[in-house]
Amino acid sequence: MKYFSLIFASLKRKKLRTMLTLLSIMIAFLLFGYLAAIKTGFTAGVEVAGVDRLITRNKVSLINLVPLAHRDDILQIDGVDLVTHNTWFGGIYQQPSNFFAQFVVEPEQYLELYPEYVLSDEEKESWFSNRTGVVIGSGLAKRFDWSVGDRVPLLAPIWGQKDGSENWEFEIAAIYEGAEQGVDTSQMFIPYDYFDEARRGGEGMVGWYLVRVSDPDRAAQIAEDIDRAFANSRDETKTEPEGAFIQGFANQIGNIGFIITAIVSAVFFTILLVAGNTMAYTVRERTNELAVLKAIGFTNTGVLGLVLGESLVLTAMGGGLGLLIAWLMVSAGDPTGGSLPVFFIPATDLALGVFLIVALAFVVGIFPARSAQKLQISDALRR
Amino acid sequence: MFNTLKQIAAVTRFSFASLPQRLGSSASAMLGIAGVVAVMVGVLSIAQGIMSTMTSSAGMGNVMVLRSGADTEMTSGFGGEDARLITEAPGLKQGPDGPLASRELFVIINLPMRSTGTDANVPLRGVEAAAAEVRQDFEIVEGRMFEPGLAEVVVGLGAQMEFSGLDVGSTIKVGTAQWPVVGVFSAGGGISESEIWSDARVLQDGFRRGNSYQSVHATLDSPDRFNEFKDALTSDSRLNVQVMTEAEYYSEQSQVLYNLITVLGSLIAVIMGLGAIFGALNTMYTAVSARTREIATLRALGFRSGPVIVSVLAESLLLALVGGIIGAGLAWLAFDGFRAATLNFASFSAITFAFDVNLGLLTLGIVFALVIGFIGGFFPAVRAARTPVALALREQ
Repeated sequence: MKYFSLIFASLKRKKLRTMLTLLSIMIAFLLFGYLAAIKTGFTAGVEVAGVDRLITRNKVSLINLVPLAHRDDILQIDGVDLVTHNTWFGGIYQQPSNFFAQFVVEPEQYLELYPEYVLSDEEKESWFSNRTGVVIGSGLAKRFDWSVGDRVPLLAPIWGQKDGSENWEFEIAAIYEGAEQGVDTSQMFIPYDYFDEARRGGEGMVGWYLVRVSDPDRAAQIAEDIDRAFANSRDETKTEPEGAFIQGFANQIGNIGFIITAIVSAVFFTILLVAGNTMAYTVRERTNELAVLKAIGFTNTGVLGLVLGESLVLTAMGGGLGLLIAWLMVSAGDPTGGSLPVFFIPATDLALGVFLIVALAFVVGIFPARSAQKLQISDALRR
Repeated sequence: MFNTLKQIAAVTRFSFASLPQRLGSSASAMLGIAGVVAVMVGVLSIAQGIMSTMTSSAGMGNVMVLRSGADTEMTSGFGGEDARLITEAPGLKQGPDGPLASRELFVIINLPMRSTGTDANVPLRGVEAAAAEVRQDFEIVEGRMFEPGLAEVVVGLGAQMEFSGLDVGSTIKVGTAQWPVVGVFSAGGGISESEIWSDARVLQDGFRRGNSYQSVHATLDSPDRFNEFKDALTSDSRLNVQVMTEAEYYSEQSQVLYNLITVLGSLIAVIMGLGAIFGALNTMYTAVSARTREIATLRALGFRSGPVIVSVLAESLLLALVGGIIGAGLAWLAFDGFRAATLNFASFSAITFAFDVNLGLLTLGIVFALVIGFIGGFFPAVRAARTPVALALREQ
């Protein structure tokens, strides 16, 4: 630790250059952190998907409905613990660009299946007792500045009402929080009983089933059993674990992970060039000083350590600052104004960031450090 | 004036001549800028590709009719009688078999993507014979068109490339039936190439839609007759429909996706650009400090600061220009025409598209590089011109 002042002294030697190198490293890690959050936004839900939850949908596609009559058949299947259903409401709030997800759900069963949507007992009670009441996530409430008691008009092109109108109005009965980071709080849940009474068309049909199994290890087997029960019927089903379903959906959007990895690699390669070049230059400039250090008794390894230490301090400061700013920017909200359901930097990516800081310090510092280590005092001083 | 120009030329020649001595740092700044430009052009070419796929499908004078209030074909719907009335409206171009109007259905089916093996929502469109004429660039490139009345499909070129099981001779499963793929079509790179087409009446049966349709696609006699056509339909009390040009519809459909990618892409480009500016500043400061004595000597000989500033800037701009060209060229080589599929949230169905690195984007990339080069060179240039000569000459 006593060499810290020495390291800082050499960093302060050319303040401007150190500052610029530090800033470019900062930018690299800022991008790294920010892109990690974007990736999380696109693949939202894969990490928090319940291992004990299956999704059963119409085999043709998700937009084809499944009969309500399937429910009892699914419940009969061994290992199935709970069955509830969802229907895509697809309402438009004022204009299509205000898009957010609305699901028609059976309130009590849905909340039992998804404990990650947190509501207090009073809030649950006030939702269950409010016929036209809906529950929204805290993110959605923030986006449109809605609070409990507000009435939200939605135009639903898919679901007309019996009187021919496509305009629905719901009252916000409660606002849920996510139990952990990564839980989507941008959704609205509409009670099925009211929806079913009022809708015209699609009677007796629902969007898809959500199934809880008692033993997650048998999930694959149970999924097969469910699909076999409806094979060759008018409405064949496809059942898959929730995680696979969400991942499949994310895959449709595109290989976000690959694109982001490609960008980050390009950025790091660039920064490596710039920072590596600067470090090499700094060491070359200081050949004399390093030789003096050796002459007064620093060992070869000591000098190697000094240069590597300098590189580490530089990348740690730049990288740390970059991650910090990324974190601040991400906390400020998503750049698309609500199109991404979740937006945060996962802890694993932060850890990877720290690892990359150390790795970058090593790669950038090792060549100049080696040449400093191998420096012959007599040669260097004579230059 | 002439003297200044001569001075600029002389100093600039000096700095360019000494460039090879500073190869390492110059090359790293150049490659840094190249990387930034390549990433920016690459990301924005995705948005361009989606936009041009969506808009190139819209022929001039093509119109679409949806149920009033429906924002997409998916949520639209009207009865067969309404659809017939629409095709009889004034203003439509007449072909040998009647008006160029196709009553269509739009559903999605699940097919596995070739890249991941996971399911994608592939659009399946039921069309009438006129559909192929309404989409001007429609062309069967393999096999044949489906026979009206038979449960057969033809698939778009893009869909065939992105999703498995769509080769001619294979079958797709619709409900409990198997429908053979009998042909592959192209449609000028437009959105139709992401789709599978079948006969509308057959699709009505297959999806239990009775005699109902979701949209009418038609070609006008002349684009000028749009208002006449629109007014005739919207004033008809038997109908409850909205009329728009295909161009309007598709550009609205792609708006969300286009904005999302453009916003994210630009944000990434700006942040990376900042990084590149720091890199360029670093390089140019190093270049200037390596030449401190040389520049001071020139100034002692009577060269003024203007030409010195210009020469440093010129060097920085040259590096940036070369970097920008390399980056734009890399992006063009790597991304132009690269095919991909994504989910269009508006229609909840897959669209396949090719990355589009066009001239506008290439220019934008090179301009961006020059901006980086200018900022990166400006401050070091000023510094070079400002350092007192006596002090600079004494520097090691």
